[in-house]
Amino acid sequence: MTAPIYEVEGLVIDLYTPSVSVRAVDVAGFHVAPGETLAIVGESGSGKTVMTLGPLGLLPEGVAVDLRGTARADGKDILSMSPADLSRLRGGFFGVIFQDPMSALNPMLKIGPQLARQAQLYAGLSAEEARKEAVSLLARSGIPDPEDRYGRYPHELSGGMLQRAMIALALAARPRVLIADEPTTALDATVQAQILALIRQIQKEDGIAVILITHDIGAVSVLADRVAVLYAGQVAEEGSAVDVLTAPVHPYTRGLLASVPDFRSDHATGTREIPGIPPSQTQLEPGCRFADRCDLVQSSCRTHRPPLVRLGAGPVPHRVACPVVIAAEGIVTHD
Amino acid sequence: MTDAIVAPAIKATGLKVHFQTAAGLVRAVDGVDLTVAQGAFHGIVGESGCGKTTLARALIGLQPVTDGQVNILGRDRAEWARADRKGFARAVQFIFQDPLGSMSRRQTVGQTLEEPLMIHGTGDGKARRARVAELLDLVALPDTVLDRLPRSLSGGQRQRVSIARALALSPQVLICDEPLSALDVSVRAQIVNLFARLQAQLGLTIVIVAHDLAIVREVCSAVTVMYLGRVAEEGAARRFFADPAHPYSQALLSAVPSPDPRIEATRPRILLEGDPPSPRNPPPGCRFSTRCPVAEPRCREMEPALRAVPHGGAAACHLADASIHAMI
Ligand SMILES: Nc1ncnc2c1ncn2[C@@H]1O[C@H](COP(=O)(O)OP(=O)(O)OP(=O)(O)O)[C@@H](O)[C@H]1O
Ligand SMILES: Nc1ncnc2c1ncn2[C@@H]1O[C@H](COP(=O)(O)OP(=O)(O)O)[C@@H](O)[C@H]1O
Ligand code: SF4
Ligand code: SF4
Ligand SMILES: [Mg+2]
Ligand SMILES: [Mg+2]
Repeated sequence: MTAPIYEVEGLVIDLYTPSVSVRAVDVAGFHVAPGETLAIVGESGSGKTVMTLGPLGLLPEGVAVDLRGTARADGKDILSMSPADLSRLRGGFFGVIFQDPMSALNPMLKIGPQLARQAQLYAGLSAEEARKEAVSLLARSGIPDPEDRYGRYPHELSGGMLQRAMIALALAARPRVLIADEPTTALDATVQAQILALIRQIQKEDGIAVILITHDIGAVSVLADRVAVLYAGQVAEEGSAVDVLTAPVHPYTRGLLASVPDFRSDHATGTREIPGIPPSQTQLEPGCRFADRCDLVQSSCRTHRPPLVRLGAGPVPHRVACPVVIAAEGIVTHD
Repeated sequence: MTDAIVAPAIKATGLKVHFQTAAGLVRAVDGVDLTVAQGAFHGIVGESGCGKTTLARALIGLQPVTDGQVNILGRDRAEWARADRKGFARAVQFIFQDPLGSMSRRQTVGQTLEEPLMIHGTGDGKARRARVAELLDLVALPDTVLDRLPRSLSGGQRQRVSIARALALSPQVLICDEPLSALDVSVRAQIVNLFARLQAQLGLTIVIVAHDLAIVREVCSAVTVMYLGRVAEEGAARRFFADPAHPYSQALLSAVPSPDPRIEATRPRILLEGDPPSPRNPPPGCRFSTRCPVAEPRCREMEPALRAVPHGGAAACHLADASIHAMI
């Protein structure tokens, strides 16, 4: 197995607003290797964005943050880096695609020069090279007539084209890790399919690591090699996409997948509901975060946090934080 | 008994809604015929900007129409709303995509639910409170929410409140604009099941604008696919999903990923190029011809009319007819 290029362990992130404090991430971690796509899945508020971008210093504004744990990029500890080094790393080593393209693009500047500047700053190109690179990035991102689009302002592009322009911008610095935070949530089905195909193609060609943050199981199924399922700031289950999506073990993962209909299936699927709603992360109860919504809950679930246990002997570790199902179904564990 | 002819719940004919804007005329809805049978669970799907919201709002009169006619339960909607505004409001209700937008921020859930009953003078205080309790029960909310403000509820709870409010006056027809889009997956399933249960329990007719095609297939009895202000295809949901006739419908369904990565790894996919054109200047001929992988020269000249297709519904495509359909 290739060594991870971005690796986060034992992360705890507390957010304090004047009125409440929230444990957004509660001892969680993940890792991704070059050439690999990791999907981080969970419902809104489960901590996907904060967990992935928090260690890079990209945290919600106007909130006091307490962040602990370890995070390494290319083997280097990033939590002890100076703000200047971290900022450099964010610009060059990591490329980020957001749900809203306008959060990354400057509305006052033409598209092309924004890309060229990025390429000059981080990929070390000359002005002339950077211009060429920008045009070829636009072309590569599936934007028709890139020479013309180079001189356009963001508002002159449609939603799908803007999303492509942002992908081009993220690639301009030649990142080694591409983080896509809900990249297709705001897009229509046909455009979403185009964007997912584009991300996949880029990854194949450049061999970069991709982290896909999403609540859309379909997008995960298209892109991911590995999946981590986040619930209320904790990892409930992780493993290969095939293991997690087709043989889920954690009751939350099972419930989540059963609530996703599959219209290619002959029998009625989906729309099975998980009763209740995720817990507020303001009061920290001991035990399993899913206990209030779980059919299988036992009294021990409420007193001890279930550890992530590795199952089977597959080459890609499949880990699940539910001793109850593991015991009830006699699932063989690894250690 | 002689055959009683049951009027459709909704029948729209030649419906057009055009907006005059600084940049020109926007043909948001541009000649739509739509029939929704009584007791149907009718899904309207299509890409952003194709006119779904405008159509839904025009059906209920929230949006003035440029041309065309809407009959609801056999009655001309405009005439009905003029002659008996309250009676019309009791029969037909609308649910907005953002439940917060349709509720007053300062009203508690109890007040929100009681308000329509008061406006329509339904019963005394005691009867109203009993009805409110019944409504909470119907949408599976605990009575502890009665004193809470909408802001303090979760997205799913808010949507339940807005559904309960729409049901307060026992409507026969419910029109919902994307009631699921703002919800998380597991909660979305709760609300979908709630709609399905209410429909069976109360014999409601429900029209639902939805983005999620798989859910439409799961719960709807009929479906209308829109493209650029027009109906591209319509039919019974299961049969349509098994055998879509219009190239746009085929591409739309193909774009929906399978939740099984093993299928996704091998499944052939139709990738359309480009975005939908602007409703400011729809292309001549077939509106889909600028993106259609099987377009022919005539497609750019002649606009196809809706015609019968093998799944029993209809599609607006020159290559489709009752015996064959276009195949990408
Ligand atoms: N009041 C208005 N003035 C001008 N144009 C409008 C107005 N309302 C809608 N439109 C335009 O009409 C077209 C159809 O809009 P509509 O909101 O019905 O689309 P929709 O199918 O509901 O899209 P979505 O899936 O994004 O909700 C769009 O091009 C929209 O920009
Ligand atoms: N600006 C903020 N102020 C207060 N809490 C926040 C803020 N942003 C995020 N949070 C909280 O942090 C947690 C995780 O948020 P986030 O990572 O954005 O979730 P996700 O990306 O999974 O939707 C949630 O409980 C959320 O309410
Ligand atoms: S640990 Fe207990 S409560 Fe948590 S998912 Fe497993 S069975 Fe359910
Ligand atoms: S009429 Fe022509 S362009 Fe339109 S959908 Fe059919 S084949 Fe495609
Ligand atoms: Mg997020
Ligand atoms: Mg709409």
